Amino acid sequence: MSGETISQMVGRLLDGRATARANVEAALSRLTEHGSYNSLISTCEQRALQRADQIDQSLRKEPGRAGRLAGVPFVAKDNFLSFGAPTTAASKMLRNFQAPYQATVIERLEAEGAICVAKSNLDAFAHGSSTENSDFGPTLNPHDKSRVPGGSSGGSAAAVALGSVPFALGTDTGGSVRLPASFCGVVGYKPTYGLLSRFGVVAMASSTDVVGTLSRSAGDAALLVDVMSGRDPHDATTLDRPSDLRYKGGLRPLNVGLIEEFMGPEVDPAVKAAIENTCQKLARMGHRVNKVSLASLPLALAVYYIVVPAEISSNLARYDGIRYGYSAPRAASLEATYGLSRDQGFNAENKRRILIGTYVLSSGYIEAYYQKAQTVRTKLINDFKAAFKRFDFLIGPVAPATAFKLGQNTKDPLKMYLTDVMTVGASMAGLPAVSLPAGSDPAGLPIGAQLIGPQLSDGKLLQLAQDMEGVN
Amino acid sequence: MSRLMPSIGIECHVQLSTKSKLFSAAGNDARGAAPNTLISPLCLGLPGTLPVLNGAAVDLAIAAGLALNARIASLSSFDRKHYFYPDLPKGYQITQLDKPIVGAGRLKVPLSDGVFEVGIIRAHLEEDAGKLTHPPGSDISLVDLNRAGTPLLEIVSAPDMHGPAEAKAYAQELYLTMVMARVTDGDLYHGNMRFDVNVSLSADPDKLGVRAEIKNLNSFRSVERAVAYEIKRQQELINAGESLVQQTRGWDEATQTTKEQRTKETATDYRYFPDPDIPPLALAGDRIAAIKKQLPMLPWDYRASWSKLNLDGSVVTALLGRPAYASIVSSIKDEHGEAHARRVAHWLAGLTPPPGDKSNVPEPANFTAADLVELSAMVEEGALSATAAKQVLAALPGSGQSPRQIAEKMNLSQLSDRSALVNELDKLLKEDAAAARALADYQSGNLHAGSYIIGQLMKRTGGKANPALAAELLKRLDR
Repeated sequence: MSGETISQMVGRLLDGRATARANVEAALSRLTEHGSYNSLISTCEQRALQRADQIDQSLRKEPGRAGRLAGVPFVAKDNFLSFGAPTTAASKMLRNFQAPYQATVIERLEAEGAICVAKSNLDAFAHGSSTENSDFGPTLNPHDKSRVPGGSSGGSAAAVALGSVPFALGTDTGGSVRLPASFCGVVGYKPTYGLLSRFGVVAMASSTDVVGTLSRSAGDAALLVDVMSGRDPHDATTLDRPSDLRYKGGLRPLNVGLIEEFMGPEVDPAVKAAIENTCQKLARMGHRVNKVSLASLPLALAVYYIVVPAEISSNLARYDGIRYGYSAPRAASLEATYGLSRDQGFNAENKRRILIGTYVLSSGYIEAYYQKAQTVRTKLINDFKAAFKRFDFLIGPVAPATAFKLGQNTKDPLKMYLTDVMTVGASMAGLPAVSLPAGSDPAGLPIGAQLIGPQLSDGKLLQLAQDMEGVN
Repeated sequence: MSRLMPSIGIECHVQLSTKSKLFSAAGNDARGAAPNTLISPLCLGLPGTLPVLNGAAVDLAIAAGLALNARIASLSSFDRKHYFYPDLPKGYQITQLDKPIVGAGRLKVPLSDGVFEVGIIRAHLEEDAGKLTHPPGSDISLVDLNRAGTPLLEIVSAPDMHGPAEAKAYAQELYLTMVMARVTDGDLYHGNMRFDVNVSLSADPDKLGVRAEIKNLNSFRSVERAVAYEIKRQQELINAGESLVQQTRGWDEATQTTKEQRTKETATDYRYFPDPDIPPLALAGDRIAAIKKQLPMLPWDYRASWSKLNLDGSVVTALLGRPAYASIVSSIKDEHGEAHARRVAHWLAGLTPPPGDKSNVPEPANFTAADLVELSAMVEEGALSATAAKQVLAALPGSGQSPRQIAEKMNLSQLSDRSALVNELDKLLKEDAAAARALADYQSGNLHAGSYIIGQLMKRTGGKANPALAAELLKRLDR
């Protein structure tokens, strides 16, 4: 039963071979069984079972009106505000925070009958690439418990890879869905910026944050984005749903560009071989693959680690120990309340990013850092635009290597940041990208291939990914 | 020593009279609301909340800009200004730094002896902060976020004022313009308009001196007095050979002095950057044109329209502070002539506290032009005395009755029927020997005796005798 896709699971429910309650109970018991991977922060058992019973009841009354995700259990990264459990962002700062409203995407999934059964682990406030920065302990990689699952949506990726739920929600600011998908061997989809609402998602960096999905198939990702997308009156940066989001009909032969900058000598040979195999598969499918160079792409990481901390330092200013969240006991003054609450509530990585962000926005430095980074960002966007004049999609690895050992990079933040080198480009440009399982290295660790498309090409991108799944 | 010229620039925060806040659907009118009842998750700065710009606030900002003869930006944008304070839930204020919605404009300002013009540099939209109170005798502070997120338009003037009277006149004219443009409720008591005044002295007319900014003045009088005090203070320092430091000062109402709050050296680094949650605001020409078309009459339109009414400056100013009254006066003038308009103007001005009065001003009463014209006609035809007319005026709003009905009910109608009054006068002179003697005195030239007779006539008629007619009848007896 484990390893079902969404459509298989909905199919069984409509055939009468399953109930929503049975689905939820099974998911919860699998999650408990895999407890040692620490993929979760909390479960929403009570609310999930209530919702399951309601769905079963209304299905008995009106079988024809089942939602497209009727009775499908899922896991949401714990930076989505939702009912039934606290929303912690894996931070001591929000350890006991009960959301008074739900994220738009959770509401839209629930409206189609999906059931949130648990909240998954992440790097606190999504600051990280390995899920080791969680204040609730690291999540372990389902393929090798001595290794990280990637981050920051590591708990969501692990829960799907372990077969506990057919899909999970993640967020991707610089690769936080794609990297753990690659390290755990599942499909990770990062939509075009603005396609999915950010309302009710604990903000990391507003200009690149997107809601993404971790699933077992690209088809499921396409179904999920179809359910969740569309303008949200609560998020001014949301876009209209493109008419070709559910791609109909076959794809004509496409031009795919293999990003040269991502195939250099520093890349693991097994990863390179897997990407080359994927390119050959594309060729067998009738598409044309040619090399392409994006000169500014190597600068994306530097741009990312200026712009994103700047926005983080601003977005985290609200956690001041006054209205909600962690408040330091025995603070003797207003200044002490701020200082101690933030010192004790945030972890080292949170503070590192707040400090970098505060620095690059400071008077006298903003021109040299933040503003220059924005200039390079524009150049990067233009380089992508130019490439998409010649190519329908770009391809490359998700990361230079497979999952690393727990603790391997924790002492060296720069090395940890380098893990994001291949994912931050699409984030800075707001482009849709998907991480697809593309084999494994000699140690059996999964390798991910990354497809990147122009803005709002999500429907076609996911169609190509589905086509590839059907080819050996 | 060369003569030092003061230059004054004013930044005014105007609270826009929208139903909801600048970026959330929470209610905007905090007057009288219990603390923390007009709040949403966004006002609390809860995680996951996002600002969504209120289109009504944008429309009011455009109207304000047009009323200031200013250029409206086709593209403006929002920035974050960071500082920590318990009344600022997000840890930053959303404002407009580089690309404000309103660009350069100008405002013509009346003075007792003429008119001068003040340049408007810019005006930008921003959200207000909440309110802190410190209960006396307690070591806690209370946070009320009702006002957090209220839309403000900050209007920045050029340093075109050169004395306390000009500063006050500008503040007052800006107030009248914003109230007439229906941009704000203009309730100064509740801080609907707050003035920050920049004062500097310089011997060189082309160069400003070191300025002091006096924050948060909320009446025209405090603007005038703070400017006067600050000019004197700076003049004395300069005369004493001391150098001035750029600083922010507060106005102390009790001592009528300004006090240093902080100097430039200790200024906060606000770390402004463009707010990534709010897309740039693009304004189509159609939208601006539509608002321009619907812009109500402004103070100078009314002044032009009333030029033949010979109204006192104070009457004009009082009416302009109450757009509903001003509009009634103008429509009466257009439809019923200047005499009625002039009379009604004086009545309504009499009901109006001075503009921007800091006391809790009542809502304007609900009059119709038709009722006021009827009342004015009654005075004109002698059916009502001036004093009685004011009594009817006071009883009119909400009565559901016409002025004539009210006058009758209150027994105020004047006895203006000539034959009836002749009758009463005859009876008086027959029945009252003292009155008859007074008549003789009057006829021999004692005018006081005439007043006595009219007084007695008033008494007989219960105050209803038309005094002008009575005097005329008495004169005829004289002949």
